[in-house]
Amino acid sequence: MWIAYKTIVFKEVRRFARIWIQTIIPPVITTSLYLLIFGGLMGSRIGQMQGVDYLHFIVPGIILMTVIMQSYANTVSSFFMAKYNNSFEELLVSPTPNWIILMGYISGGVSRGFCVGLAVTFTISFFVEIRPYSFSILIATFFLTSIMFSLAGFINAIFARTFDDVSIIPNFVLLPLTYLGGMFYSIDILPSFWRGLSSFNPIFYMMDSFRLGFLGIGSVELWKAFIVPLVMILLLALIANYFLNRGVSIKTE
Amino acid sequence: MALALSTEKLTKTYSNQLKALTGINLKVEKGDFFALLGSNGAGKTTAIGIICGLLKSTAGSVEINGHDQKTHVNKIKRIIGLMPQEFNFNPHEPNIEILINQAGYFGIPRTEAKIQAEKLLKIMELWDRRFDIAQSLSGGMKRRLMLARALMHKPEILILDEPTAGVDVEIRQSMWAYLKQLNKEGVTIILTTHYLEEAESLCRNIAILDKGELVEQSNMKKLLLKAKHQVLIIESIDKLPENIAVENCDCEILDDHTLQVFQGESTSISDVVIALSAQNINVSHLRSAQNRLEALFLSLTN
Repeated sequence: MWIAYKTIVFKEVRRFARIWIQTIIPPVITTSLYLLIFGGLMGSRIGQMQGVDYLHFIVPGIILMTVIMQSYANTVSSFFMAKYNNSFEELLVSPTPNWIILMGYISGGVSRGFCVGLAVTFTISFFVEIRPYSFSILIATFFLTSIMFSLAGFINAIFARTFDDVSIIPNFVLLPLTYLGGMFYSIDILPSFWRGLSSFNPIFYMMDSFRLGFLGIGSVELWKAFIVPLVMILLLALIANYFLNRGVSIKTE
Repeated sequence: MALALSTEKLTKTYSNQLKALTGINLKVEKGDFFALLGSNGAGKTTAIGIICGLLKSTAGSVEINGHDQKTHVNKIKRIIGLMPQEFNFNPHEPNIEILINQAGYFGIPRTEAKIQAEKLLKIMELWDRRFDIAQSLSGGMKRRLMLARALMHKPEILILDEPTAGVDVEIRQSMWAYLKQLNKEGVTIILTTHYLEEAESLCRNIAILDKGELVEQSNMKKLLLKAKHQVLIIESIDKLPENIAVENCDCEILDDHTLQVFQGESTSISDVVIALSAQNINVSHLRSAQNRLEALFLSLTN
């Protein structure tokens, strides 16, 4: 069982490492542009946010956005392609339990989120000095975020029938939620209505705890920031496992 | 004889109401080389899909080596090796990785899987291409790669869905020899194919599906005995006379040197040759106009 798990994870890691020009380089370039435009060119005019330089303020958001997008992209593209070229049948004819398949794909997404997140952090270190406030909060937030979005990507892939279905959610749901989750601003500066609305955005909690781990500043209590992704992970894992067990879109009805 | 595979009233109706299987009772003995034949859309691939757990049946049951598929699904998956009809691997993955990963899904450690992959790639004459991606292989090579993949976990039952489609004659012969050897070693083989001469030369028992129904299940030799009416094409060294008669047979002259004989029920091939010799016709070449199994197959599925 664990050999099967290891096999899926190594296969996933080899897959995204093999296409590093598509998976690792673009986020590094995008990050550099964010830092140049929002941090370097505009940041000096904005001044400070929650008591820190604007350039420092946006760094955690940029890293976490990369982790979110990469974790999601890995599971959605890998699982969809396995369905598309029928190579998922390799797993279906094997005795690998569905929950191991799910764990394998999620671990693949987390691995990519970690590798690309690390590459982006390394790039950022050329622009700003990185001195994290709490490693444990950073690591915990990373894992919660990455697992949650890997699961979301997996569910997206289960239902995706075309290549368009794979890109709709990241472009029209995930990216706006990330921007509105306090990536470039503190929700303390928002009017109360919009601040209340932001509390329904799960990305806001992850962004807040990640910023707390990085800079030591946050808007909500840490337990709240952890409980939201934890509940979401539990919910998404149950949904994904249910659909896998039912064979939705992988076994012909 | 113990059964490797047994289905009881196996039924499959797809969500679009297409009835692919209408309650088939299939029996395959352990160690058998079994042919499952049928024209396109007869239900062969559906039956295989259900047996291997890729499809859900609508009704009925499947037993593999005496284990009920519904209650012992993982045990059954370890017993079966499947080579499907369609290519179903990641085309961008190196060939050797496809095999090693497949073994990993069956819980075989990587070091052990590497040894088995090397053995099978050498047998399939793909060892030199082991680091190439699957996409770069020819159609025949891809088929051999899929056969190697199906054998990675050393299955007791091997299910081959049109294994030699698109494979050249030389490779097909070597694949046949290897499959015969596997069968001798005790592997039960279930084969679907459109090449009826392949089924005739390899398989001991046969089942024929037609529109989701099992229309025949028999021993190959017994079944071929039913094919008494044969059409013979006979070539003569000399020019054929205008009138030729063979008792119980209809004769038709196709050209100056070629004769077509519709063999009667009680007439053997030697009777035909003797009758022709008596009329001073020296037979230089004789062949069946149609494969016997092919003729039977067509009569059963029409």
